[in-house]
Amino acid sequence: METPIRSRETLSLTLFSLLFFICKSSPLHHLLISNAERRIDLSSHIVKVYLTLKIENAGSTPASEVLLAFPPAQVDHLATVEALATKGKRKKTTLVHLEVKPTELPDAPNDAKYFTIYLASPLNSGESTTLEVLYMLTHSLEPFPAEIAQSESQLVFYRDNALILLPYHVRQQTTFIKTPSNKVESFTRVEPTNRAGTEIKYGPYEDRPPYSFSPILVHFENNSPFAVVEELVREVEISHWGNLQVTEQYTLVHAGARHKGVFSRVDYQSRPSLNGVSSFRYLLARLPPRVHSVYYRDEIGNISSSHLRTDSRKSELEIEPRYPLFGGWKATFVIGYGLPLQDFLFESSNDKRYLNFTFGCPLLETVVDKLTFKVVLPEGSKDPSAVVPFPVEQHLETKYSYLDVVGRTVVVLEKKNVVPVHNTHFQVYYTFKPIFMLAEPMMLASAFFLFFVACVAYLHIDLSIRK
Amino acid sequence: MAAPETSSAAVPTLYTNNTLRNAFGGVLSFFILLLIGVLAFSIRLFSVIKYESVIHEFDPYFNYRVTQFLTKNGIYEFWNWFDDRTWYPLGRVIGGTVYPGLTLTAGTIWWLLNSLNIPLSVETVCVFTAPIFSAFASWATYLLTKEVKGAGAGLTAAALLAMVPSYISRSVAGSYDNEAVAIFALIFTFYLYIKTLNTGSLFYATLNSIAYFYMVCSWGGYTFIINLIPMHVLLCIVIGRYSSRLYIAYAPLVVLGTLLAALVPVVGFNAVMTSEHFASFLVFIIIHVVAFVYHIKGILSPKMFKVAVTLVASVGLAVCCAVIAVLIALVASSPTKGWSGRSLSLLDPTYASKYIPIIASVSEHQPPTWPSYFMDINVLAFLVPAGIIACFLPLSDASSFVVLYIATSVYFSGVMVRLMLVLAPAACITSGIALSQAFDVFTRSIKFQLPGISSNAEVDAGEASSAIAEAQNDAVKTEKPEETSRDRPSRKNKKKEKEPVEKPSTKAKAKAEKKRLLALPLEASAISLLLLVLLGAFYVVHCVWAAAEAYSAPSIVLTSHSHDGLHVFDDFREAYAWLHHNTDVDDKVASWWDYGYQTTAMANRTVIVDNNTWNNTHIATVGTAMSSPEKAAWEIFHSLDVKYVLVVFGGLVGYPSDDINKFLWMVRIGGGVFPHIKEPDYLRDGQYRIDSQGTPTMLNSLMYKLSYYRFVETDGKGFDRVRRTEIGKKYFKLTHFEEVFTTHHWMVRIYKLKSPKNRIRGKTKKSKSKTGSASSPKGKKKNP
Repeated sequence: METPIRSRETLSLTLFSLLFFICKSSPLHHLLISNAERRIDLSSHIVKVYLTLKIENAGSTPASEVLLAFPPAQVDHLATVEALATKGKRKKTTLVHLEVKPTELPDAPNDAKYFTIYLASPLNSGESTTLEVLYMLTHSLEPFPAEIAQSESQLVFYRDNALILLPYHVRQQTTFIKTPSNKVESFTRVEPTNRAGTEIKYGPYEDRPPYSFSPILVHFENNSPFAVVEELVREVEISHWGNLQVTEQYTLVHAGARHKGVFSRVDYQSRPSLNGVSSFRYLLARLPPRVHSVYYRDEIGNISSSHLRTDSRKSELEIEPRYPLFGGWKATFVIGYGLPLQDFLFESSNDKRYLNFTFGCPLLETVVDKLTFKVVLPEGSKDPSAVVPFPVEQHLETKYSYLDVVGRTVVVLEKKNVVPVHNTHFQVYYTFKPIFMLAEPMMLASAFFLFFVACVAYLHIDLSIRK
Repeated sequence: MAAPETSSAAVPTLYTNNTLRNAFGGVLSFFILLLIGVLAFSIRLFSVIKYESVIHEFDPYFNYRVTQFLTKNGIYEFWNWFDDRTWYPLGRVIGGTVYPGLTLTAGTIWWLLNSLNIPLSVETVCVFTAPIFSAFASWATYLLTKEVKGAGAGLTAAALLAMVPSYISRSVAGSYDNEAVAIFALIFTFYLYIKTLNTGSLFYATLNSIAYFYMVCSWGGYTFIINLIPMHVLLCIVIGRYSSRLYIAYAPLVVLGTLLAALVPVVGFNAVMTSEHFASFLVFIIIHVVAFVYHIKGILSPKMFKVAVTLVASVGLAVCCAVIAVLIALVASSPTKGWSGRSLSLLDPTYASKYIPIIASVSEHQPPTWPSYFMDINVLAFLVPAGIIACFLPLSDASSFVVLYIATSVYFSGVMVRLMLVLAPAACITSGIALSQAFDVFTRSIKFQLPGISSNAEVDAGEASSAIAEAQNDAVKTEKPEETSRDRPSRKNKKKEKEPVEKPSTKAKAKAEKKRLLALPLEASAISLLLLVLLGAFYVVHCVWAAAEAYSAPSIVLTSHSHDGLHVFDDFREAYAWLHHNTDVDDKVASWWDYGYQTTAMANRTVIVDNNTWNNTHIATVGTAMSSPEKAAWEIFHSLDVKYVLVVFGGLVGYPSDDINKFLWMVRIGGGVFPHIKEPDYLRDGQYRIDSQGTPTMLNSLMYKLSYYRFVETDGKGFDRVRRTEIGKKYFKLTHFEEVFTTHHWMVRIYKLKSPKNRIRGKTKKSKSKTGSASSPKGKKKNP
């Protein structure tokens, strides 16, 4: 166990020195970080990192942007980056959301990727401010051993940098890593390092130059459900007759250590604490309140193991896949429900209507690799536009549903790597004339009318040749 | 409840001479028919309401899968479909071995709906195909019975058929099987035949052939039609009822029908080459001879005719003998005498149990018990004889057909439970006739004796017979003799049943006088009516009970009521879903053939054998593997490239139709091909047991081991709740298989074949002998 870590360490150290030399030429070092604290939460399979940066402007010109750097391997797994600025003094602090955008820099050392934080007000020379940054990483815990038997518990690797990767000089920094349990097999030491209970503390480290890098590896037990939805298609169909029909198609997989060999039901049932600790049977979906006609099925029929609890503020649907999910096992299912339209559809000032709905995945603590959100507007609606608080891919489709003639416009939003943070509201604006609601009833009525006319005509016309 | 009453209401309405009232009757019967359709559809929805909208049982899953393929790939791909996911490694030509009627019907419905932008899934369409076609079937019954005995009988028969339990059992929502559409096709073909017979119209004869074609597409039971109709034609000829209408009804059917039938790939040349169809050709020849004779008779003078007859008879007999001799020789030269196994077991009920265990092993191929008659056709069983008698009063071409139909179907239903389904429409038709005639008589008696409307009654009675006379449509017919000949005996019949008073007097009496004498006493009629309504009510209650409780379970999901509420056993789908998502797409799964269709449809995995049972040897191989000890079984399965073995085990929850209970059939079928498997080895003193008294062969068989592996750890004793005993061998290890999945209630257990061990140097000698035996597994299997 120790040898690979050490060899990796040496490799990374050379890397680090390489980085260090390149970064000398960076034009950004007129900012410096006086104090940085990082808390890494490894208790679930989504890695949450809280970064507190105290920034000082040591240059002569006011700065309005702060850069964050990430190694390329981490950027692929980066689900979200949020930045908050603290305003006010002491007890009256308020948090302000700052804009964060991915940025390309021409001379990025070693393919480092950047995110720019736009400060609310430029930081003048000599001033300092505090930023709170939160970012989440998915698929960053690597199971080791990669295959476990039913009775074993799941151990994972977490790789990161003992120092905070920043394009600035950092005077003082500390990193705390929180593991889900006391069981930590091993961790890389970069002195000063100490471990207490479920927390590993790296640092404090003093005066590190930009792009300092010192790889660490933590090997620990994590039996939280590694529920990953490989693909989720959510479809919201708006009917102006008063209903919002939501259909969600899940492809769920247990992304932890793969299950190896025997699955013994007798062991699983009789000794649940020792068997299949990393597996999971239940998932909780948080649905909007006043949900009705909920169904939970898959392609071969209804799945009878689910419970719905509703109260005035939220509905909780506890679902149990057909079989417990062990590492690598998959399951597909569909959840569908209806919602009252008036809770979600509003009229905006400029004669438009908009749907206000939650993005993201209703299942708690799950990662969605690919989320496709389809908003099916009623037939005859025009000028659709979506307002989403984070970047998504958008395009339009047409869907034909019950007796449609021209088809319904579908606003398709696609996003990869979705975590629970993305369960925020978004809006889809469109214009719709209520007269279109009558199209289908009128069509049916006229079809029946014509049918009866035809019947009457047939009964009154004598088609026989001979009289 | 509603049905007999509504029809009784309709009967008098139809018997008016007033045009307005006639029109009213027409509209009324239209709405009654509509309601009957709704009834037929909705009584079959219990399964959807109590369980869910899901395909039931075994064969429907195959049909569903075929329909999915059809809707996805189109009709041409469907005809050419070679299915490599079943009967591994042989595969199966689906397009050429499946009756495509049901699939094409559902596929067309789906296509129509989707082209109207009604986005129903294929599954939904499949689930509701059977109820829709039951509504059609009850309308077809109305048409058929109307042709035979008038609209009143038609409505009654349609109402009875809409809820006859025997038919419900095969056509509840989700029961997506051939019979669902075939019964409609059967009745409709018969209707068109009778219609042609009554009208002599070539138009209906052509329609009849097309309906027959649809029937051939839908179900192997079409041979019933192609034998029954010739029988009826022969009967008509023999009793001297030959007419040109009979010729028109029959000849086009044989020619066109056979040509069309040969278009269906699964029938093909069988339509002219198998014995099932010979009767139709023979009768075809006979009817031509008869037609020719009648024609000659018309041309020649009686004297010349006699000469011609003697001449032709002497020459013709010689030729006939020669032809028949050749035919018999041809038929006799084929091993099964040109009959398929299933047909043979129909003619000789003991045939299957003697020679083909695979046919005998299917529970629906067993002869029915008496209670099952009561269960399936209920009070109809008592009404049928009355209906038959009513058919003889008077005997027309159409009613003789009904008599023949009921007689043959009673026989067939006695041979196989499954064919109770063919009996059901016949029973409904005859019972409908009986009920309608009885109502007719009673209501008329009441009407006649009630003061005030007696003057009407006379006219009504006259009208009534005219309505029926119309249906018979014989060439010359005055109303009076027909009426008397019909009314008198029918009343006599009723009186014989109810009240043997008032023997009808002579015909010569005055009409009014006769009417009064023919009428039953008021009280007797009223009470009889009440009793009939009660009988009908009882029938309705029984049918609703049967539909709700007995026949709605989809069998893939089981429920049980216990003190703490409803408990759902969804183990089958749990296992199939697991297989679907957690095994490789090309893995082969071995199980007993019952689960083949479900595995391919729900788990989308390749199976070795399935419910199509076309290859006895293949099934016997799987049966042998299941009955062999572990190592021999592993070798058989390994040679078949099997990766997973699935067994169904009910011992933990008490599910009786599991593999252990089917095991003797595996032994029998396996032993039929591989003689080293002997049934007595598995029986202790002729008794099948799995407790400590079980034979070592039994307790070492793969099926026993896979079913009871680690079972003892559940309760410490290993108590089997199905066999109600403790198992014989409790602690054992599996050497060649490993458990990879067991469902929540242990009903399905899936094992994986362990990969072959690497050869170890010291064991070369042993492994050499192993490879030697692997090449001829049969020799090896004998050892243990």
